[in-house]
Amino acid sequence: MRRARAVAAIGHSLPWAIAVVCFFAAPSDLDFGTQVMIWILFAMSLDLALGYAGILTLGQAAFFGLGAYTAGLFAIHLSPDPLLGHLAAIGVTALVGALTGALILHTSGVTLLMLTLAIVSVLSQYANQATDLTGGDNGLQGIRLDPIFGVFEFNIFGKTAFFYALVVLFAWFVLAWRIVHSPFGRSLDGIRQNPHRMRAIGTPVWWRLLAIYTISAAMAGSAGALSAHATRFVGLSVLDLLTSGTVTVALILGGTRRLYGGFISATIYLVVQDYSAKISPFFWEFVVGGLLIATVLLLEGGLLDLGPAVLRLRDRWRAGQ
Amino acid sequence: MSATRALSVRSLAKKFGALVVAQAIDLDLGPGARMALIGPNGAGKTTFVNLLTGFLEPDDGRIELWGQSLRGLRPEQRVRRGLVRTHQINQLLADNTARDNLAIAIAERDGHAWRLFRFGRQWRRCCEEAQQRLEQMEIAATADRRVSELPYGEQRLLEIAIALSLRPRVLLLDEPAAGVPSHETEVIHQALGRLPADIAILIIEHDMGVVFRFAHEIVVLAQGRVLARGSPAAISADPCVRAIYLGKSAV
Repeated sequence: MRRARAVAAIGHSLPWAIAVVCFFAAPSDLDFGTQVMIWILFAMSLDLALGYAGILTLGQAAFFGLGAYTAGLFAIHLSPDPLLGHLAAIGVTALVGALTGALILHTSGVTLLMLTLAIVSVLSQYANQATDLTGGDNGLQGIRLDPIFGVFEFNIFGKTAFFYALVVLFAWFVLAWRIVHSPFGRSLDGIRQNPHRMRAIGTPVWWRLLAIYTISAAMAGSAGALSAHATRFVGLSVLDLLTSGTVTVALILGGTRRLYGGFISATIYLVVQDYSAKISPFFWEFVVGGLLIATVLLLEGGLLDLGPAVLRLRDRWRAGQ
Repeated sequence: MSATRALSVRSLAKKFGALVVAQAIDLDLGPGARMALIGPNGAGKTTFVNLLTGFLEPDDGRIELWGQSLRGLRPEQRVRRGLVRTHQINQLLADNTARDNLAIAIAERDGHAWRLFRFGRQWRRCCEEAQQRLEQMEIAATADRRVSELPYGEQRLLEIAIALSLRPRVLLLDEPAAGVPSHETEVIHQALGRLPADIAILIIEHDMGVVFRFAHEIVVLAQGRVLARGSPAAISADPCVRAIYLGKSAV
């Protein structure tokens, strides 16, 4: 019992320890590390909606993009305070998540999928057309930020952005952990498995889904705000359908309903992309595609299942001896 | 209408296009009633259950639970008022343990299911009650097993335990013995016999053995109408009922 607890404690501290070690060990790659954490957060937001609650969505980029544009526009037009801008991004994406969720969450399956696609397409087209506001194809430029708490400046070394992303990721992770282990999270798990059963025990299914969809939207919006703040730039690609697809791939690669799935897969995804893109700009998609196919075929629980799967193979081999 | 009736249905009607699936159905369940609803396939039994539980809206008629109209209430709201059903086909959470299936229902009943913070004690209590209810149903040994691994008979008992955990005032049992192998039906019989006496129960069942052992009153449904009603003895003697229904199955 004590040993299991110790293993769990080490397991939980590992990703955060790695992040801190990276900070000191690889000071030249901090921008890359920040990107990884942003994608981890983004994938985690999708895990709550798609993985746990079973909301079939391909529109997660809508909230990522909306959060990024909100944070960028807030900095340009209202206040250069990054924390205020971040809160604004969370507020706006939560609001839009609640409103769109209220409209679409009575549907399910392919209908829901199409509606989420429609939402991200509408936003994407709007951002593309409203060049005065968003800069259109050129992206949103000229974002200036005050130092966080008036002390920690955003600069080209990316130290502030790295820690900023780490703290935000950690805060959301704690919340997500609470959610999935709470009675609320258990009811979501039930809804994913069998909404009919949950109604039969008195669960207001639509309200539950709306709640988690709103939280998920806010989390994706927060990831978007981090992205805008870390790069001081927002491009149209944040609202791209491809972005939705990428985060879905990243989630499934690591394993849904694990929370930590995104930690592994976002890291691997970005590292593989980084390295193979250096070899050939087209090659990396081939590698990622191959990895995804192999994972889905061989590892039911995603890459996080790799360890247990190897142990199972070993046991089987021993049993065969 | 008298408030001393647990469930009261008046001139309930439903059509799907030209197809009449329920017509002028009247039905009363007193407190502690044990009534069976029988009828051949396609008689409208499942439709009737769906009308009662709110998954279908009736075209006409009234449904009252202890004197309160259920009109316009969604299924989950009806459950909270005390109208609970079990399912003909398994609707359990297959990936969860038996105890979790119960605890989730209990958490929902007690209003803990929205909690994000400070839920530890409440959840533990839900699990303790779940354990007790499994013991009452004599399936405590299944507590930590995934539902998908349980024998079918135990899944049926778990389904009944979940319905009871919601503290129903009226309980609809939709074919509790369906699909259970014959050597396990006795266990279901006994579980039905142990149901709390104060709950009004309507059982929908094909197995005449279950019906005649359990019910004090039988309503026969055919083509969406009440064909006959009465005591088990009267129903089994009714020539009309025999002709369309009982004659086809060995009683």
